[in-house]
Parts: sequence; structure tokens; C-alpha cells
Amino acid sequence: MNQRSRIAVLMIPPALLLLFFFVLPMLVMGSFSFRAGSFGAERQIWTLDNYRDFLASTSFQRLLLKSILVALRTSLYCVVLAYPAAYYLVFRAGAKRSTLLTLILAPAWTSFLLRILSWKMILSSEGLLSSLLLSLGLIEEGRPILLYSMNAVIVALIYSWLPFVALPIFAALQRIDKSLLEAAADLGCPPWKAFLRVTLPLSLPGVAAGFFFIFIPTLGEWVTPALVGGVDGVMYGNIIQSQFVSALNWPMGSLMSLVMLLLMLIILGALSRFAYLLPLEEAK
Amino acid sequence: MTRRSKLSGGTLYFIAVVAFLYLPILMLVIFSFNDSVMLIFPLKGFTLKWYQALLGATELLRAVRNSFFLGIAASAVATTLGTMAALGLMRFRFPGRGLFLAVAAMPMVIPYVVLGVALLILFSSLDIPRSLVTVGVGHVIVNIPYVMLIVAARLAGFPASLEEASQDLGATYWQTLFKVTLPICAPAILAAFLSSFTTSFDEFAVSFFLSGSEATLPIYLYSQLRFPLRLPIVVTLAAVVMVASIVLLSFSEWLRRRE
Repeated sequence: MNQRSRIAVLMIPPALLLLFFFVLPMLVMGSFSFRAGSFGAERQIWTLDNYRDFLASTSFQRLLLKSILVALRTSLYCVVLAYPAAYYLVFRAGAKRSTLLTLILAPAWTSFLLRILSWKMILSSEGLLSSLLLSLGLIEEGRPILLYSMNAVIVALIYSWLPFVALPIFAALQRIDKSLLEAAADLGCPPWKAFLRVTLPLSLPGVAAGFFFIFIPTLGEWVTPALVGGVDGVMYGNIIQSQFVSALNWPMGSLMSLVMLLLMLIILGALSRFAYLLPLEEAK
Repeated sequence: MTRRSKLSGGTLYFIAVVAFLYLPILMLVIFSFNDSVMLIFPLKGFTLKWYQALLGATELLRAVRNSFFLGIAASAVATTLGTMAALGLMRFRFPGRGLFLAVAAMPMVIPYVVLGVALLILFSSLDIPRSLVTVGVGHVIVNIPYVMLIVAARLAGFPASLEEASQDLGATYWQTLFKVTLPICAPAILAAFLSSFTTSFDEFAVSFFLSGSEATLPIYLYSQLRFPLRLPIVVTLAAVVMVASIVLLSFSEWLRRRE
């Protein structure tokens, strides 16, 4: 009995909070996807029209597919760029390792919006890149380089996520027993082969953790595309946002959110054996 | 070892990554001292006038104040409830434990746009007007999983036998909690609080859907991005906030790593 009251005191407040402000909103959102309108009397009418419209709209589906591909590409580039840096920290940096890791993580602590604004200043028509190319004589007049395109979104996202991908890869590499590599060398294994046969496979859990840690928020991203993406860089998250802000079609927005939520749960379910590797690992 | 061999490909690559990460930040700092309203090259000359103008930007400072107090309040709630959940989850086995863990971890893997609109619909359905309080609720939900992770890691890091010893010597469960467990977890709890605070201070994707007439700093910044003439002051504030958050988070990181 005593045990039970302790559990109750500790668990009921957080459980109630999550129930009211996390589970309940998801359920209300689910029910909203069956409503006929956002406000007033229409809100009380139940319908399946939104589902029919969504299934009939190839533009929504194309955008979802495009966002999935962008998220996959961003995560892949991040992992490929972060891996050598993490490898360098673990195997080459020596005593300066933790200082250098902090150096990599520190930029992520500054205002996200302003870092994106800074990218706008770099990529714009009178920005750093354009001015540089102009003074080198590579271009004739100032013009935006990359800005307002999907590539600008990807560059800015890679920039935002790179430190967060480096962290789990760093943790996985650091856990590798160095005597394994010595053994490989003693047995005549060349370094590149030892990397492919020992280091890389053992670091894959960290790579997978980093990959999905980026993939999920990128798939739902709306702020970065809104700032640097232009028309070409619109993502699925932007359409959801506009259903609530400009189009004022909350039921359709709810349905689109629901689709994204289910997609996430399916992906996570399929990867549940990696799920325990997510940030729990770095917290250790 | 010669100097040449020190500058290996790996070192050069690492320097390139660091340069890539710091370039945009350097840009912000440079433009905060640039004597021109336009954030473009070439630079016009050195000035401190933006720092002076920053002190007179009342709307901006009001948003900073809102974000500061909101961050404190939301982090306090998230840290308290997250710590309670971590204590329950790490020290007890009970029915529904797995379910709780799955639900509590979900805000971490759900796109913020979904969380934002779901809360917006909830508040609208209940006729709750949007305000700093509703933004705060969003921040608490966003931060709880991270608090749980940080505190749970600390709880896993020291033997439960310390708590058993305390209870064997006659302390009650709650005495043990407040005199043994929580003091041992204090660095992790403080780190969780600071990490929540900085998240909250910078959170935009969820806040956007939940804010009313009072703006948080990111909400205010977003609204200013459309007015180029006000950007130099914003950039200057960025330089100030940046230094402050680096100091704060270095401190939190130092606490977390001090074992």
C-alpha cells in the first residue's frame, strides 16, 4: 500500500499533465479531421469530405513525398558530413577532445531564427557569397546564390542539425574498444580495412540514432522553408501551417497533421529496435 | 613530428566544419558593429549605435522579458514534473509504466508543427484565449522528455543501495528522497532546468501557434524579419543573447559532465 501511494504521488501529476495537454490534443485533432469547418456551426458538422479531398489531392501527396525525400537527403548529408568530424574528435584530437566537442556544439545554443537570418544574409543578392563571387569576377552582377530554393532549405537544415548528428556518432565511436583495432593491426589488417570491418559496423547504432534524430524533425519542418525556401522550398509542414493561419481550413490541417503523425509512428515502429538508441544514449 | 604532418587532412576537415558552423554567427557579430541599416556587403564602418539603440527598443526588451519569465516558469514546471516521473520510472515497477514511458517520450519524436496545431485546436475548443500561459504549456510538453532523460541518466548512474542504506537506518521514503536522492541528482536537475530554459527561450515552431498578443522573443523576431530597417537592432540583440546563452549552456554542460 505504501509503495503504491509513493508511485501515485510521483506519477499522477506528470501523467495528468501529459493526458490533458498531449494525449487529449491529439484526440481532439483527430476528431477535428472529421469536421466540416473551422469555426461556428460548421465546426459541429461531421463529414468524411476532408478524407476524400486529401486522397484526391495529388499535390498534397506529392508534397508529402517531396518532404520525405528532402528529410532523407538532409539526414544523409548530415551523417556523411558529421562522421569524419566525430571520427577526428575520437581518434585524432587527443586530450583536446571534449573542448573541441563543445566548440562544435556551441553554435546550436544561439538563436535558431537568427542563425537562419544570417544564412539569408550570406545567400542573398548582396550577401557574402554573391559579393565574394562578384569581387572574384565569377559573376557579373549581385544575385541571390541558392536563396529561395529547396537547396537553401537543405543547407540551412544541415547547418542547424550538424552538431546534433555529430553527438551520437561521437558517443558510439568513443565506446569502441580500442584493443579491437590494435588486434586488427597486429593480425596484419590494413587501417582502411580495419575501419570498414571494425570501426564502421560498431559505430552504426550511433549513425542510425543521428540519422533518425534529424529525419523526424526535418520531415515536419516549417520555419526554415518559410524563411529561406521561397516557392520551390515549400514543405509539407508549411501547408499544415497555412491551413491554420491563412487558409483557415482547420479540419484539413488536422487531417494532414494526423497523416504525418501516423507516418512518424509507422517509421518509429519499424525502427523500434533503434528507438532505444535515440537520445537515451547520449544522456549516459 | 613536424608541423606539416600535424595539419593532416582530418585536421583541415575539422577546421572547415568549425568554420561552417561559426560563419553565420560571425556574420551576426560583424553586422552588429556595422555602420549601416542594410545588412549587406561591403561593410560601412565601425559603430556602437546599434547597441545604444538596443537599450531604447522597448517592444524588443518587453519580448525579452516575456521570454525570460516564461522560460523560468515553464522550465520550473517541466523540471519538477519530469523529475517526479524519472524518480517513479527508475525506482519502481508498476502497471502502465511502459505506456507512460512511450507517451512521455513521444513529444520528442513528433514534429513540432503537429504538437502546435493540436494544442491550438484544444485551446480553441475549450475557448481558452491564447496567451503566454498557453505558450508555456507547449514549452512544458516539449521539455518534459528531455528533463526525464537527463535526470533518469543520473538516477541510473548511482547505486540504489545508497537509498536502501538510508531507509535501513530509519529514514522514511520521503526523508530519503529529499536528503539523499535529490541532493545526489541536484547537478542533473539544474542541468535539466537550464537546458529547458534555453529551449524555451528559443522555441518558435510550437509557440507560433499558441501565442496571443504578448510576444516571446522568437515570436517578436519572426515578426521583425519582414522589416529590413529594424534588422540591425535585432542582429545586435542576437550577438548579446548569443554570448549569454553560450555562458549559460557551458555552465549547464559543465554541471552535467562533472561526475
